[in-house]
Amino acid sequence: MISIQNVRKIFPGKKGELKAVDDVNLEIKDGEIFGVIGYSGAGKSTLIRMLNGLEIPTEGSVTVAGRVISKIKGSELRKARQEISMIFQHFNLLWSRTVSENIAFPLEIAGVKGPQRKKRVAELIQLVGLEGRENAYPSELSGGQKQRVGIARALANNPKVLLCDEATSALDPQTTDSILDLLVDINKRLGLTIVLITHEMHVIRKICHRVAVMEGGKMVELGPVLEVFKNPKQPITKRFVQQVTEPEETKETIDHLLERYPQGQVIQLSFVGESAEQPLITNLIRDYNVIVNILQGKISHTQNGSYGSLFIHLDGQTTEIKKAVDYLHSQQIGVEVLSND
Amino acid sequence: MTNIMETLNWDQLFAATQETIYMTFISVLATFILGLLLGLLLFLTEKGNIWQNKPINIVIAGFVNIFRSIPFIILIVLLIPFTKLLVGSMLGANAALPALIIGAAPFYARMVEIALREIDKGVIEASQSMGATHGHIIFKVLIPESLPALISGITVTAISLVSFTAMAGVIGAGGLGHFAYLEGFQRNRPIITLIATVAILILVFIIQFIGDYFTKKTDKR
Repeated sequence: MISIQNVRKIFPGKKGELKAVDDVNLEIKDGEIFGVIGYSGAGKSTLIRMLNGLEIPTEGSVTVAGRVISKIKGSELRKARQEISMIFQHFNLLWSRTVSENIAFPLEIAGVKGPQRKKRVAELIQLVGLEGRENAYPSELSGGQKQRVGIARALANNPKVLLCDEATSALDPQTTDSILDLLVDINKRLGLTIVLITHEMHVIRKICHRVAVMEGGKMVELGPVLEVFKNPKQPITKRFVQQVTEPEETKETIDHLLERYPQGQVIQLSFVGESAEQPLITNLIRDYNVIVNILQGKISHTQNGSYGSLFIHLDGQTTEIKKAVDYLHSQQIGVEVLSND
Repeated sequence: MTNIMETLNWDQLFAATQETIYMTFISVLATFILGLLLGLLLFLTEKGNIWQNKPINIVIAGFVNIFRSIPFIILIVLLIPFTKLLVGSMLGANAALPALIIGAAPFYARMVEIALREIDKGVIEASQSMGATHGHIIFKVLIPESLPALISGITVTAISLVSFTAMAGVIGAGGLGHFAYLEGFQRNRPIITLIATVAILILVFIIQFIGDYFTKKTDKR
């Protein structure tokens, strides 16, 4: 559906050139929810803006739904843009128009006539759950409601691709979740390809199938979300994964635990997919002569399975502990023995 | 008092008020159209906007700045040949119109430009991402989104235009300025001047009231 080939975007600046996007190659499949994560300045915003021609790549080509976006201009580009919708961090609604009128705007652009337009607007209002707010102005809506208008507006012309530019970054956690649920719902119901950029791993974890990590304009890691969670390779990816798998202040907690339990071993277990649902601790206690103390844990759900981490403390005879650790290693889980140093 | 009231020619006052209203109305209308056009051009040719074009922007900005800076009374005199060519005479309400419009349109153009700059760039970008043409962006985004500021701007400009018409009146354009100067000042009847002032004030208040009403009505922020 989307193909990005050898794309570079260089902005000329006063202090020399800025490589916003540096040699990125990417294929996104039809119906996929694809996430791009990175800190601000990583080039993800420039990358997503090249998908609808708001930015033109300096080098390379961008193809979306069979059209070479990086080459076309004028009316052909405008036509293509009706099939590649976008939603924004700050919603970008027209404050002079009501909810209905805002949703009707892209239909007016596409030349959809009166009665048909009205019918479509009513459908969209229902789809995003804004019944009863049709005649409200954006200033009378909450952030979540504004983004729902943004989504309805983006879906008006039955696009093939939906681009989300930090679409939940201005929303509180609860509203973020409801908007993400809506996006998943739309993806399933309409088979829409969704590309989103974010700096929150939570968003990636909750709805994406695959993720790309960007740093300094380069794509440093790419893979299915669960795979990346299980086995993050780059330090930056590890930091992002930690955002959601490890409870806050983990580092301090571990130090504190190691201090409190000078005897035995403190072990971090990482569960992925099926293994997260196995009775591992029960087996450990039943089969080995060790004392198991659960210190802290968290399980997260992604679009293709669960992922979690658990901190336990093992105490007992050294040989028994070793056997227990060996057992853990033999399972389909990540084991890391945290030592006192 | 009765004596003074008798000396006041009511017909003359009404005729003068009518002339002032006529000059103000036509010049406000023309200023709105011309100023909006210039303001849009000024905004659209700026760096980063859809018709980005430095030479055109400099030419329009130069034109606007020059005509905005010339004192109105001097502008009337400067435009005499042009007015004669256009209207055929230097006397009467119509003769004041070219100077009024050329004096006020650049002033309003700047206000239009400021109003358009206030629009969130993200909204323009969102429209582009939907495949909007330049026409869509101008008529469905830029003008509606800046409408309250455009209206309050034309209100301020209209009030300036009322005082411009008074100035034009002194040198022969008619209206309340002419009436106050000729009937009041030159014949040493300050009460007539005062009455003309009151008439102008009433006109200004009415314009302000109408302007405020529509500014508030269109502002949904």
